[in-house]
Amino acid sequence: MAILQATHDQDDRELVRHVDLDTARKEALAGRKHAEAHPTMYTAHEYKGYRWGMAVDVDACIGCQACVVACHAENNVAIVGKAEAAYGRQISWLRIERWAEGPADHPHNGFLPMFCQHCEVAPCEPVCPVFAAYHTEEGLNGQVYNRCVGTRYCGNNCPYHVRKFNWFNYTWTAPLDVQLNPDVTVRQLGVMEKCTMCVQRIEGAKSAAREAGRSVRDGDMQTACQQTCPTRAITFGNRKDGDSLVSRLSHSARSYHVLHELGTLPGVSYLKKVVRAEPAGGHGKAGH
Amino acid sequence: MSAPPAQSTTAPAQATWADVNRDVIRTIGMPREKYFAWLCLVALVLAAGASAWAWQIWVGIGAAGKRTPVMWAMYITTFVFWIGIGHAGTLISAVLYLFRARWRTSIYRGAEAMTVFAVMTAGLFPLIHAGRMWFAYWLMPYPNQRYLWPNFKSPLVWDVFAISTYLTISVVFFIVGLVPDIAALRDNATGYKRKIYAVLSLGWEGSDQQWRHYRRGYGLLASLATPLVLSVHSVVSFDFAMALVPGWHSTLFPPFFVDGAIFSGFAMVLVLILPMRALFNWYPYITDKHLDAMAKLILVTSLVLTYFYVCEVFTAWYSGDHFERASVFAKASQQYAWAYWGMYFCNCLVPLVLFIRRARTNAVTLYVISIFVLIGMWLERFNIIVPGLAHDFYPYTWGTYYPTITDSAIIVGSFAWFFLLFLGFIRVMPSLSIVEVKEVLPHPLKHAASHGGHH
Repeated sequence: MAILQATHDQDDRELVRHVDLDTARKEALAGRKHAEAHPTMYTAHEYKGYRWGMAVDVDACIGCQACVVACHAENNVAIVGKAEAAYGRQISWLRIERWAEGPADHPHNGFLPMFCQHCEVAPCEPVCPVFAAYHTEEGLNGQVYNRCVGTRYCGNNCPYHVRKFNWFNYTWTAPLDVQLNPDVTVRQLGVMEKCTMCVQRIEGAKSAAREAGRSVRDGDMQTACQQTCPTRAITFGNRKDGDSLVSRLSHSARSYHVLHELGTLPGVSYLKKVVRAEPAGGHGKAGH
Repeated sequence: MSAPPAQSTTAPAQATWADVNRDVIRTIGMPREKYFAWLCLVALVLAAGASAWAWQIWVGIGAAGKRTPVMWAMYITTFVFWIGIGHAGTLISAVLYLFRARWRTSIYRGAEAMTVFAVMTAGLFPLIHAGRMWFAYWLMPYPNQRYLWPNFKSPLVWDVFAISTYLTISVVFFIVGLVPDIAALRDNATGYKRKIYAVLSLGWEGSDQQWRHYRRGYGLLASLATPLVLSVHSVVSFDFAMALVPGWHSTLFPPFFVDGAIFSGFAMVLVLILPMRALFNWYPYITDKHLDAMAKLILVTSLVLTYFYVCEVFTAWYSGDHFERASVFAKASQQYAWAYWGMYFCNCLVPLVLFIRRARTNAVTLYVISIFVLIGMWLERFNIIVPGLAHDFYPYTWGTYYPTITDSAIIVGSFAWFFLLFLGFIRVMPSLSIVEVKEVLPHPLKHAASHGGHH
C-alpha cells in the first residue's frame, strides 16, 4: 500500500473539528454567533454574478473515497503509480484525510475531504509571476494551464497543499484514453493543477440556464464529488444566493474553515463532526 | 601555501611599477599542462551537469527529487547561494571604493570577476528550476499580441528585475574597470592578441583627459552598484518573506540575507584569491593586511548572522504561533537536524577562530574556515527552504525530500560552470588590477628615497 498521509496526528491544528451533541443542539438553536472578522488593508473582491462555494459535512463523511475516484474520472486527473504516489507526487485534486484522536489502539477518526479551498484571499494567486493562478469573477481560484511556467511558488504557498504538479508527462494507456473527459484539458508536463469545482460543469449549467432565459438555480448542477457522495456530505452552490443550500450550510452553527487563523477566507466551509461526548484522551478539543 | 614574508603596509616596499606590470602580465598567456588538466576536469563535471539538465528537461522536473510539499529544493538553495556569493564582490569593488579603503585594490578584480560569474551561475537556476523552462521568458514584460503582462505582485518577477539589473551593472562595472589594464596588455601583446586587446581597450591612451573621465565614470558606476549590495539580496529574500510558509514569513529576512551574502561572498573571495596568490607568487600584492581585513569582515558578518539566528528562533517562540514554533522545532529535531546544527557549527562556531590574530593571516586556516563558511551558508539556504516546506501548515503532506542523481549533478555542475568561467578569466585578463595596485605603490619619483609604505 502507498500511504499518502504523513501522519494521522493533526498536531493541535484543528483541521477536523467536532462538537458534542448537546452543544451542537444548543448552538443550532441559538444560530450562528458571529461572522469571523478578518481585518484587511485590501479591497474585497466583487462578485457581480455568482460566487461559487462548497460545504462539506464532516459529520456525514464516511471516508469511502468514492469522491476521489469520481474526481479522477471527471477531471482527467492522472494516475502516477504506487511509487510516485508514496513519494508525495499523487495528483488527486481531492483527498480524504483521516485524523485520529484518542487512544492509538481505538482512535476516534475524523474524515476530512480536502481539495482546493478557493480562498477569497488566496495565497497562491499573488505569488504566480505570470497570472496562471488568478481569481475569477465568480470566486474560483482559476488556474490557466497554458500560462503556467511551473515555478511551483503557488504550490509552496498553499497552506493546504492541494495544488498538484505534473512532475512527468503522464499518459493514459489504452483503453483508458477513450474514457478521458473531452470537456477537460489533459495537462502536460511541468504545469500546476488543482480542483476547479468542476468548472466545465459550471459553464455547462450556465449555458443551459442562458438557453432557458434564467440564471443558474440551486441544484442545477453538481460537482463530480458531490454527485458521487453516498451520504451527501458535499454541497456545491452559489454563495451569493442566501437561500442556496451551500449558503445555509456555511452559515450554520457547525460551520468552520480549515486553518481559518491564516485569514485565507476559504470558499469551502466544513461542518463539524457531531460526537456523543468528548472523545477520551489528550487531543480532545471541541471546536469553537 | 607557504607563509609569505610578513608585511605591514598596504603595498610592499620592494615592488615597483615595472614589477606590477611584469607580475600581472606573466599570468596571462599560454598556460602549462596542469592548468589544462584542471580545465578538463572542470569541463567534464560541467558536461555531466549539462547532461543532467537535458535529461530533466526531457522527462520533467520529476527527475529532480521534488515532491509535495517540498516543491522548491536544492535549485533555489543554490540559486540564493550564488547570488549571495556575488555580493562580496560588489561590496569590495563599489562600496570599499567609495569609502576609499585602499586595501581593496589588490583583491577587487578577482572579486569583481567572481561577482559576474556568480550571477551568471545563479541566473541559470530559475531556468533549471522552472517546470516549463521553455516558457520562462513569460516572466519578462515584453510587448505581445495578447497584452499579457507578468504579475508585478509576484516576488519572482521582482527577482527577474533584481537579477538582470545586478548582472548588467556588474558586467559594465567590471568591463570599465578593465579598460586601462587591457590597454597595458595591448601594449605588451603582439599579433592577433594585440588586435583583440586593442578593440577591448576602447582606444585607451592614458591621457589626462581620459583618466579624468574614467575616474568620474568609475565613481558613478560605483555609486550605482552600491545600493545593489543591499537591494538585490533583499529582493531575493522577498521570495521567502512574502510567502506564507512558517519560517519564511519574516521581516527579518532582508538584512539577514544581505549579511549572509557578504559573509559567504568574502569566504568565496578567499577561496579564489589564496590559491592565486600562491600560484602566481603575488605575496607582495596580497599581503597579510589584506587577509586580516577580509578575515575581520568574515568574523563581523558571522557575529551578526549569529544574532539573526537567535532572533529567528526567539521570534518563533515569542510569537506564540503554533506553526512557527513547530517549524523551528522540526528543523532542530527531525530529519533535517543535521543540516540545522551543521549550519550553526559552520556559520557561528568555526568563524570564531578568527578572533585569534594569527589565524587571520594564516592562509591554510583561512582557507579551511572559508570552506566551512561556504558549506554553512549553503546549508542555511537549504534549512530555510527544504525543512521549512517539509513541515509547514498541513500535517497530511509533511514529508522528506530526497535528492536524486539528476539534481545533484546539476548542483555540482553549477560549481563547475563557475570555476570554468573563472579559470578562463585568469588566463586572458589581468586578475590583479595593474592600475589600482600601482596607485597604492609609492610614487617612483616622489618617494624615490623613502622606503614606501606611507603615501
